[in-house]
Amino acid sequence: MATVEQAESMTETVAEDGVRRRDFIHIAAVSWAGVGAAAVALPLLNQMGASADVRALASIEVDVAAIEPGQAIKTSWRKQPVFIRNLTPAEVADANKVAVGTLRDPQTLAERTKPGKENWLVTMGVCTHLGCVPLGAAAGEVKGEFGGYFCPCHGSHYDTAGRIRKGPAPLNLQVPEFAFISDTVVKIG
Amino acid sequence: MSFPWANEYKPQHPVMQWVDERLPLPRFVYNAIGGGYPVPRNLNYWWNFGVLSGVALMIQIITGIILAMHYYASIDGAFNSVEHIMRDVNGGWFIRYAHMNGASFFFIVVYIHIFRGLFYGSYKAPREMVWLLGVVIFLLMMATGFMGYVLPWGQMSFWGAQVITGFFSAIPVVGEPLRQWLLGGFAPDQAALNRFFSLHYLLPFVILGAIILHVWALHIPGSSNPTGVAVKAESDTVPFHPYYTAKDGFGLGLFLIAFVLVTFFAPNMLGHPDNYIPANPMSTPAHIVPEWYYWPFYAILRAFTVDFAIPFTGIVIIPAKLMGVLAMFGSILLLFFLPWLDTSPVRSGKYRPLFRKFFYVLVFNIGVLGFCGVMPAEEPYVMLSQLAAAYYFAHFLIILPIVSRIEKTAPLPNSITEAVTGKPLETAAA
Repeated sequence: MATVEQAESMTETVAEDGVRRRDFIHIAAVSWAGVGAAAVALPLLNQMGASADVRALASIEVDVAAIEPGQAIKTSWRKQPVFIRNLTPAEVADANKVAVGTLRDPQTLAERTKPGKENWLVTMGVCTHLGCVPLGAAAGEVKGEFGGYFCPCHGSHYDTAGRIRKGPAPLNLQVPEFAFISDTVVKIG
Repeated sequence: MSFPWANEYKPQHPVMQWVDERLPLPRFVYNAIGGGYPVPRNLNYWWNFGVLSGVALMIQIITGIILAMHYYASIDGAFNSVEHIMRDVNGGWFIRYAHMNGASFFFIVVYIHIFRGLFYGSYKAPREMVWLLGVVIFLLMMATGFMGYVLPWGQMSFWGAQVITGFFSAIPVVGEPLRQWLLGGFAPDQAALNRFFSLHYLLPFVILGAIILHVWALHIPGSSNPTGVAVKAESDTVPFHPYYTAKDGFGLGLFLIAFVLVTFFAPNMLGHPDNYIPANPMSTPAHIVPEWYYWPFYAILRAFTVDFAIPFTGIVIIPAKLMGVLAMFGSILLLFFLPWLDTSPVRSGKYRPLFRKFFYVLVFNIGVLGFCGVMPAEEPYVMLSQLAAAYYFAHFLIILPIVSRIEKTAPLPNSITEAVTGKPLETAAA
């Protein structure tokens, strides 16, 4: 090997900056191999994302006609629980009474519901802390200090607009994309 | 490496000579854990726990491979397949209970092994690399243990997976996409279960590789010892075999007695009954707790309940959730810096009166954290876990560096031989 190297360096012209033609070829070849490795890594990483059948469970329709004011139901969307709650006028008033600026994640009830349907609170039943299902949707469950939802795992309290008021969760309960496709049917997703 | 007086491997049988010339594997083993490895003569029983950890890993690998022959990673079938192993597979209950409790015993011996290293200063020069690899092994063990706990797909499995992967969503901007990528969906489901099974099968072999590096790095300077004084002469050492194979064998006997007692008579003592309820994504158990070996870290995670913000402006710098996650990972990553945080030239806690006191306080403090980790997230446990978490970090970042500087250490023996026999090391022996 050593003799070959020597022979090369003797015959080869070395540029002024000391870089040989062969150095350039080495760097170019290894760089191109790196590009190839990155290209192969892409499908290896990409396969781990949500697959098409998981993504296909994109929307559900729920008939909410039977939910009386003060009641809520728990349904499943994208394998995660969703709470649909028919707020009582008192609960709506409670939610509107709060000065928005004092909230950890400032949002009004109107921003979290549909116009004219402010009593219909649709949220994910997934605590924004570490993903537990909060209590308060089913009859008889603890609703927490603010009358909304209470997460038993680490003690997050949500108010009647599903907004975080106390405890470790950083954000309000997420409102999924939803729409009323008739007076009593909600389409989620 | 070895000391110059290490016994040389001399195969007697012609077949072994033939093998040695072509593949010196028996020579390698002889020099690693046989008569060719000189070890300080004064190792006490705390030095058993490295070998015991290796045995525990082997128990996990063997029982795990057998369980994988009967288990199927399907959200509809996983729970039932575990019950099938427990009820129908011939002797399956034994294999599964051995694996379940084997995990706990693996952590028990590893925790003792870690505390031994902390007390005797085994992390100090020239053994920093041994310590760093040990922390890597510990992290791998935690990941493997977590994924294994998800596999039966019971309530604690599911909600444990939900909470642990929820850590990643605390990372700003990329957190939620990252979590979905890790899970292969919006919540733990078939994709997550399947990949956890694949990785749970893989990681023990990665751990095995890391252990080989750990032992390799250990063999460069050789084992530490209770005095912390370096080996100076042949009379300071004895060959690993038969002296420590015998001592480790005795310890192994005691370990196995404890292990089978729990496996046969109290197999569910260390588990949580809720994991015998099939996973239900619509209902969280009243009280999510991880396995006991994660309790101290879980307590640190939950100790952060308020945002780190600029006072009176409402500008949040780090939200409480992210703080908790950072602190929890930080509590382990901190251990990587330990060799440089403790600057005392004296290794062994035996000769460090002040360090020793703080060591016992640390052990107690970690016990308190473990207790807080299993209690519900309410007062007074939240306050207690905040104090204990603060002390944990203070121990490593403040107390240790200061103690290293101000402490007046006790006089060290001149040699291991002197510490053991009371007679000075004969210079002729050196």
